[in-house]
Amino acid sequence: MHPAYSVILFTTSSGAGYGLLFWLSLAHLAGAQPVTGWSFFTGLLLALGLITLGLLSSTFHLGRPERAWRALSQWRSSWLSREGVVAIATYAPAGLLWLLALFGGPAWLTLPLAVLAALGAVATVWCTGMIYGSLRTIREWHQPLVPVLYLANAAASGAVLLVMLQAFAGRDIRLASLIALLALITAGALKLVYWRRIDADPGAYTVDMALGLEGVKRQLEPPHSRPNYVMREMGYDVARKHAETLRRTVLIWGFVVPGVMLAFQALTGGLGPVLMPVVVLAAAAGLVVERWLFFAEASHVSMLYYGAERA
Amino acid sequence: MTGSPKIETSAPVGDEMKQTTCYMCACRCGINVHLKTGADGKQVVRYIEGNRNHPVNKGVLCGKGSAGIMQHYSPARLRAPMKRTGPRGSGQFEEISWDEALEIATGWLGKVRKTDPRKLAFFTGRDQSQSLTGFWAMKYGTPNFAAHGGFCSVNMAAGGLYTFGGAFWEFGDPDWDLTKYFMLFGVAEDHASNPIKIGIGKLKSRGAKVVSVNPVRTGYNAVADEWVGIRPGTDGLFVGALIHELFRSQQIDLDYLVRYTNAPWLVIHDPGAADDGLFARDGDGNPLVWDAAAGDFGNGKAADIQPALTGSRELPEGRKARPVFELMAERYLGEDYAPEAVAERTGIPAEQIRKIAAELAHVAFKEEIVLDRPWTDWAGRKHDKMIGRPVSMHAMRGISAHSNGFQTCRMIHILQILLGSIDTPGGFRYKPPYPKQTPPNLLPHGAAGDIAPEMPLGGPHLGFPHGPEHLLLDGDGQPNRLDKGFSWDAPISAHGLMHMVINNAAKKDPYGIDVLFMYMANMAWNSSMNVPGTLDALTAKDDNGEYVIPKIIYSDAYYSETVPFADLILPDTTYLERYDCISLLDRPISEPELVADGIRHPVVQPDRDVRGFQEVLIDLGARLKLPGFVKEDGSAMYSGYADYITNHERKPGIGPLAGWRGEDGDKSCVGAPNPDQIDRYIENGAFFGLHLDPSHAYYRFANRGYLDWGIEKGIRLSPEPTIMQLYSEPMQKFRLAALGHGARQPPDRARERIRTHFDPLPFWYPPFEEQMTTGYPLHAITQRPMHMYHSWGSQNAWLRQITAQNRLYVHTSVGAEHGLIDDDWVWLSSHLGRVKCQIRLMDGVNPHTVWTWNAIGKRRGAWGLSHDAPEVKEGFLLNHLISELLPKGGGGYRYSNSDPLTGQAAWFDLRVKIEKAESAGTEPLFEPLGEDVWPDRPQTLAFGRQWKEPAE
Amino acid sequence: MTTLPEKTDKSLGLVIDLDICVGCHACVTSCKEWNTGGYSAPLTDQEPYGEDPHGAFLNRVHSYEVDNAHWKGTVHFPRSCLHCETPDCVTVCPTGASYKREEDGIVLVNPDTCIGCKLCSWACPYGAREYDYDDGVMKKCTLCVDRIYNETIPEEDRVPACVKACPTGARAFGDLADPDSAVSRNVAARDGFNLLDEFGFKPVNKYLPPRKASDRTPQVATEPAAPETGSALEKLFAWADRALSR
Ligand SMILES: Nc1nc2c(c(=O)[nH]1)N[C@H]1C(S)=C(S)[C@@H](COP(=O)(O)OP(=O)(O)OC[C@H]3O[C@@H](n4cnc5c(=O)[nH]c(N)nc54)[C@H](O)[C@@H]3O)O[C@H]1N2
Ligand SMILES: Nc1nc2c(c(=O)[nH]1)N[C@H]1C(S)=C(S)[C@@H](COP(=O)(O)OP(=O)(O)OC[C@H]3O[C@@H](n4cnc5c(=O)[nH]c(N)nc54)[C@H](O)[C@@H]3O)O[C@H]1N2
Ligand code: SF4
Ligand code: SF4
Ligand code: SF4
Ligand code: SF4
Ligand code: SF4
Ligand SMILES: [Mo]
Repeated sequence: MHPAYSVILFTTSSGAGYGLLFWLSLAHLAGAQPVTGWSFFTGLLLALGLITLGLLSSTFHLGRPERAWRALSQWRSSWLSREGVVAIATYAPAGLLWLLALFGGPAWLTLPLAVLAALGAVATVWCTGMIYGSLRTIREWHQPLVPVLYLANAAASGAVLLVMLQAFAGRDIRLASLIALLALITAGALKLVYWRRIDADPGAYTVDMALGLEGVKRQLEPPHSRPNYVMREMGYDVARKHAETLRRTVLIWGFVVPGVMLAFQALTGGLGPVLMPVVVLAAAAGLVVERWLFFAEASHVSMLYYGAERA
Repeated sequence: MTGSPKIETSAPVGDEMKQTTCYMCACRCGINVHLKTGADGKQVVRYIEGNRNHPVNKGVLCGKGSAGIMQHYSPARLRAPMKRTGPRGSGQFEEISWDEALEIATGWLGKVRKTDPRKLAFFTGRDQSQSLTGFWAMKYGTPNFAAHGGFCSVNMAAGGLYTFGGAFWEFGDPDWDLTKYFMLFGVAEDHASNPIKIGIGKLKSRGAKVVSVNPVRTGYNAVADEWVGIRPGTDGLFVGALIHELFRSQQIDLDYLVRYTNAPWLVIHDPGAADDGLFARDGDGNPLVWDAAAGDFGNGKAADIQPALTGSRELPEGRKARPVFELMAERYLGEDYAPEAVAERTGIPAEQIRKIAAELAHVAFKEEIVLDRPWTDWAGRKHDKMIGRPVSMHAMRGISAHSNGFQTCRMIHILQILLGSIDTPGGFRYKPPYPKQTPPNLLPHGAAGDIAPEMPLGGPHLGFPHGPEHLLLDGDGQPNRLDKGFSWDAPISAHGLMHMVINNAAKKDPYGIDVLFMYMANMAWNSSMNVPGTLDALTAKDDNGEYVIPKIIYSDAYYSETVPFADLILPDTTYLERYDCISLLDRPISEPELVADGIRHPVVQPDRDVRGFQEVLIDLGARLKLPGFVKEDGSAMYSGYADYITNHERKPGIGPLAGWRGEDGDKSCVGAPNPDQIDRYIENGAFFGLHLDPSHAYYRFANRGYLDWGIEKGIRLSPEPTIMQLYSEPMQKFRLAALGHGARQPPDRARERIRTHFDPLPFWYPPFEEQMTTGYPLHAITQRPMHMYHSWGSQNAWLRQITAQNRLYVHTSVGAEHGLIDDDWVWLSSHLGRVKCQIRLMDGVNPHTVWTWNAIGKRRGAWGLSHDAPEVKEGFLLNHLISELLPKGGGGYRYSNSDPLTGQAAWFDLRVKIEKAESAGTEPLFEPLGEDVWPDRPQTLAFGRQWKEPAE
Repeated sequence: MTTLPEKTDKSLGLVIDLDICVGCHACVTSCKEWNTGGYSAPLTDQEPYGEDPHGAFLNRVHSYEVDNAHWKGTVHFPRSCLHCETPDCVTVCPTGASYKREEDGIVLVNPDTCIGCKLCSWACPYGAREYDYDDGVMKKCTLCVDRIYNETIPEEDRVPACVKACPTGARAFGDLADPDSAVSRNVAARDGFNLLDEFGFKPVNKYLPPRKASDRTPQVATEPAAPETGSALEKLFAWADRALSR
């Protein structure tokens, strides 16, 4: 599948935003983030910022952005529509929390809002994952693991951000680092499982099935000399070797490097303000490449008509 | 939202519909052109669909026709007359007025006509108004006229007309409704583009068997039930072997042979005599046969006899004579044509040949069709049934584009005749005005004596010589035509040799010319052999720096590769903007049971300063005061082409159009001009059709009713039946001349060539390039893409998306041998040169053959395409590899790369070798053509948006 | 209403005969020509005269080489939207622009509400949807909904443009839900099949396979026994030497 940058930015940035929102809400519930605290306020601001940036960039992917509002209508059947609805719904508790963080508010009000915000964050990211996970035409996406991966990545990136905020706020970041480390390890582990799975699966559909004829030997003549939309969009292909190196990049920058630093902090609790920006940048780089690969490595059934033998 | 949104499903297609004739190719289907007024108030073509009532396409429309809109609005359309200002090829032009253009042309042409009319060469390409262009050239008085037939299909036309008075090509059709077994030789698309598709659809649905004989398995050949992947140039062997099998198994229609062919005619056997090999004739010149009933010689044309097919006879004067049947049997039963003997050369296993022969015979004789339809034969005898042999065949350029094409084509006809399947139910059917006589009694004109300043030619340029006496030679036996047509080089070149014109003119061989006048032929590119050589010829200069071809006038409608090489451009309209006449005097659109012709008429007005070429030609005729184009008082005879179509008479009562003749339009075919004729055509959907009486539907070579009706309708000259010539006496006459007999003698260099190839009985010989070159193991051929018409398709925004680049298709085994995989680039070289092209591997091609789509490669700067268009960077032509001349033969003379009898260009004789290339991109790349007169091309094309009411 | 209709009154669709299709592309350009001025006008072309010409076509023809027990050779293969009964291309659409009509089962895109998110094209296993880069909306085969019901054109012409144009008659149009319709009967008689049946979208359009070549081969009787003696030539002459009259 063609990796569109708008979509990559959308999913990574909003993912991180929702992850951060999730952890902040939990922290608040756990009493670790008092509503009036400076870091709760900036945290929510950052989270909402990333979410909004993500949602905006997703509209760049549309042919008719001015009609984007129509996308909210089909939540009954469409994961994309559901995502839109839940995303907007989540703004309410998150936004309120943020206002309360400005002016202060009673716990009987903030605690339920935090619960809603946390649920909203999970639900939205789940929907994002399901947009891809529900597409049967793309075997690399059509897997139960896919929405989980989205959640794990969101949780990890959000946790990392929270640690950074804690560090800047000069708090003790040992516990937070530990949580982030665990989230990161989970996400990394899931990714490895995912890659093993898609590598193992040769694809259930063959060119013979696509044409309904036995013994298809080759496409002799494509319908046209130059690639059409379908080939440009679904026919994107990344070389095996290239993919391998990129996967390594993802592991090293997205997981190993930030992981080591987080471990160090979990143990010593030191150097946070210095290390965390590095951790965030490394993780960001890693996750963007991860998301690029998620598209580039995805193969579409329709390519069976254009020379692919299995999909 | 619930329920489906309401949508408009009954929007009118356009605000007006006009019917005319398609011209995205030469098939000439009926079209309904829907016009719609855009926001700007201008009428735009909204949609073009097939006309259901039209005899040719019956409502369907091919891929080209359906893309007509993009042809009509092509940015490559010429906009105004132009005068060349830079050197040839520079594309530097100055747009001028029509007055100036016509004055220049009149000046040039007038001077030549007053001095030496031979110095005008007037040649036309995709032209469909040869009856007008030919008539004009006749009145002008130059011998140098022809259309593109010489590089196209003359082998088929001549092969058929010399044999059975009809031909494949457009002159006949398989009996699509009754045929049970159909053999298709060397056809990818052909002129009858839609009819063949309709027909194949019918056959396949009816369960008839389709056998394709073709080195490549695509298109029609892909849907064939049996594919015979023959090696190019060897069909003569394959067909010979089929005939061998029919003779061996004695499955031949003897009655048919005796009644309708010259099989029983006696051939003089007297080696060395001046009449050896000619027919024995009686005092009145009638051919002799042995009448078994009378036990004596009889008139071969008489009805009431029992002609013997066998037995050598002693003629009264004591010489021996043998019936054609025996000579034929001897030839084809000979070992050369045994299936085993031909299997290796043709690449067809002997068993397969035997099987096909057996199937042919089975269907012809065991599955014969009997129609209870009374008819009367030429001798007035009534028959209550029509017996049919439901085996039919069609063949085209796979046969004709070889230097052995004429004889091979004749051999296929012999096969049809032996099976008794010509113009019988289920067989191959004539289309009126065919059949003609064999050969037609239409002789070529333009010998030295016929040419003088300001003197019209005595008759049409092109015809069918019956012997050396009809050649067009000058005083010392040299060619009198620039293309050497009807000379010893190509004695029966019934369509001329357009492919030799430019190169002969530049070499002044046989002589130099002053004006080259061309119409609708892309001779600087895909229509010429040896393109680089042709470009040199077009730009060659003499010692005083003058162009050797001093003046070139060209009429094109688009900015083709040829336009930049002309000095004067006469821009034509598109096919939707002009009158055209699809005439019985030219290439008719008749169906087997329907005499038909048609017109085009302007359905949209030109938005450019262009004129229909025929209008221009008629205007020039008047300005030059050519007889037939001016009245006594010297004023113009016709106000324009429409006027000419209506009022011109070739013979009293016979004009360009056959429909609605006579003052009040109640006569057809023959009748006085009718002032409202064109309106009648327009009312009827731009065509005219006259149905034949069912009793005239078959056996027309000998169908009394049809023969008389044909004369009454002016489509036949002689009441005599058409007697099929298995043995062709005219060939023998040329051969006798080569042996030293007769007044007209060929030059010595030509004797052996003529003696060998003018065999009165068809035979196979290896194509010349194969004989004369070594080191080129592969055959290289082209196919027509069904969705492209020669060079025109690539300017079409929709069609070019389908094929913007042509690949070289290579058999997987050849790929393996050379370590080639899909998309590799290779060098393809012939004895003339080399081109670089990109390959694709396939199984469905003869292993000794590579092929590509024709005319996709384009020259940079032409056709309104960007300079980095795939057609330019990756598309290629095989033409760069095809030499217009054969290598030096005995005597050092270089004959044209053509059939030795007809002069048909031998495109498919090409032999090549293949080597892997290191870099991508095609070569040779020619200098970009200048584009001074260039409109800019749009980056996106949203045709149809103008009609969409804004959303929301 | 991107939720699919329970059932549709009709299942209009195409039947394509691979035994007859010669790959002429008439269905491709006639489709383009009709539809670029029709319901989903325009069908934009990018770089129409340039290096990379590509535009929205609703129907395309591939060709393949096939080698199996019944058929060895080239197969020309037209491909357009199959108007599936249970396609995800409808349900994934966030706006409802992509829908399947209750009355006849035609799957359409509403060009006025489509936001061009491309998700439906991702959901189509047949590559049957083409995005119009210029128009910003998705385009697809409309089954010529603006022809088949069009009262302003003659009854006999109320068929899809591609069906009317097809010179060989390899394309047929009709109601595949009605077992007695000509198309359904032909599908039954010719073992018509679904593309990628395994995928389970239940295409309405059907394809007819190339016929077995052997079905067409005449059953040849054994040759007439020629006289034993003599050369083939002598035998032939002996046979031909009989009373034959004009
Ligand atoms: N769409 C379209 N239609 C056209 C044209 C066009 O350009 N485009 N051009 C028109 C013109 S001018 C003409 S002359 C006709 C020509 O129409 P066709 O006769 O169909 O000409 P080609 O397309 O050259 O096809 C020649 C066929 O012969 C095969 N062949 C080559 N060599 C041999 C051989 O030795 N033996 C056998 N058995 N087969 C062989 C090739 O593989 C090819 O399939 O088409 C006319 N119609
Ligand atoms: N390698 C190879 N070469 C071949 C062949 C082959 O099979 N293989 N086939 C040969 C054969 S059979 C033929 S017939 C020739 C065909 O070759 P041509 O007869 O030259 O046909 P086109 O290439 O279409 O060129 C026709 C010219 O007419 C112009 N034209 C188009 N429409 C109009 C119009 O309405 N008015 C005017 N005035 N001009 C118009 C076009 O722009 C083009 O420049 O090609 C020959 N060349
Ligand atoms: S075959 Fe096609 S291009 Fe040729 S005249 Fe007919 S519709 Fe036009
Ligand atoms: S128009 Fe008919 S024959 Fe031609 S490609 Fe389409 S389906 Fe095949
Ligand atoms: S073919 Fe594709 S676009 Fe058409 S209905 Fe089926 S899934 Fe949808
Ligand atoms: S592209 Fe249009 S039709 Fe397709 S899913 Fe998106 S909004 Fe729906
Ligand atoms: S039905 Fe109409 S839209 Fe669909 S492919 Fe045929 S012509 Fe195109
Ligand atoms: Mo031709």
